[in-house]
Amino acid sequence: MKTNQLNLTFSSIPENVSITRLLIASVGAQLDLPLNDIEELKVAVSEAVSNAIIHGYKNNPSHIVYLDLNITGDSLKIVVKDEGCGITDIDQAMQPAFSTDPERMGLGFVFMQSFMDELQVDSTLEVGTTVTMIKHLKQTPIVSH
Amino acid sequence: MKLGKKIERLTLLLRLDGELDMNTASIVRQAIDVEIEKRGIRTVILNLQDVRFVDSSGLGVIIGRYKKLLPLGGNIKITNVPPHIYKIMELSGLPKIISFYVDEAHAYEEGRGA
Repeated sequence: MKTNQLNLTFSSIPENVSITRLLIASVGAQLDLPLNDIEELKVAVSEAVSNAIIHGYKNNPSHIVYLDLNITGDSLKIVVKDEGCGITDIDQAMQPAFSTDPERMGLGFVFMQSFMDELQVDSTLEVGTTVTMIKHLKQTPIVSH
Repeated sequence: MKLGKKIERLTLLLRLDGELDMNTASIVRQAIDVEIEKRGIRTVILNLQDVRFVDSSGLGVIIGRYKKLLPLGGNIKITNVPPHIYKIMELSGLPKIISFYVDEAHAYEEGRGA
């Protein structure tokens, strides 16, 4: 499988969340992932990017979100980074049903965890948050007969 | 996000067409809340047949309307959910608190007459 790298830098506006989903869906299709996996990748990316805008930047549209995709032979790595307020307690933020907003279900990290093989969150207050998600890619089996 | 609205007595039927995420959640929230507040709507039926994507922001707006209607003696019902959308909803536990129906007719039927 070819290696590939894509970097998208975009304003922290809600309209851009759907663009990041289009990008990951295209990459997933190029990797010949099943439709179900592509749907799950879209949700995971949507959650990470929404978190950056809503929580990292508190819906302030004048900031920048970074999305980096890195494809190696056996994995797809997705990194979503903001330079926002950071997360006070990462363990608490990752709990199901924890949300700082009553309108929300606190499911963002649950979905990211469910749909990706690896999830890592690094955050520093007033510096920002980096969410790293990895999807293992199955090697195409070699048929020998 | 395109919305189709139909109001019958105290029931609002909303047909959603598009992607339900943080960008479009506010449109849906506003469309429902204005009818609850101005017309006293108590039952909201959401037809999700043409919803192509939902994430936790989209689920949040649904759960938010549920929480708003409950103390008013109201109810929210969901119909025509595409399978891949239902999977996300199931993972969130939404079907445990909100009733799902195959179509609008079934959603209307329940709670009527009796």
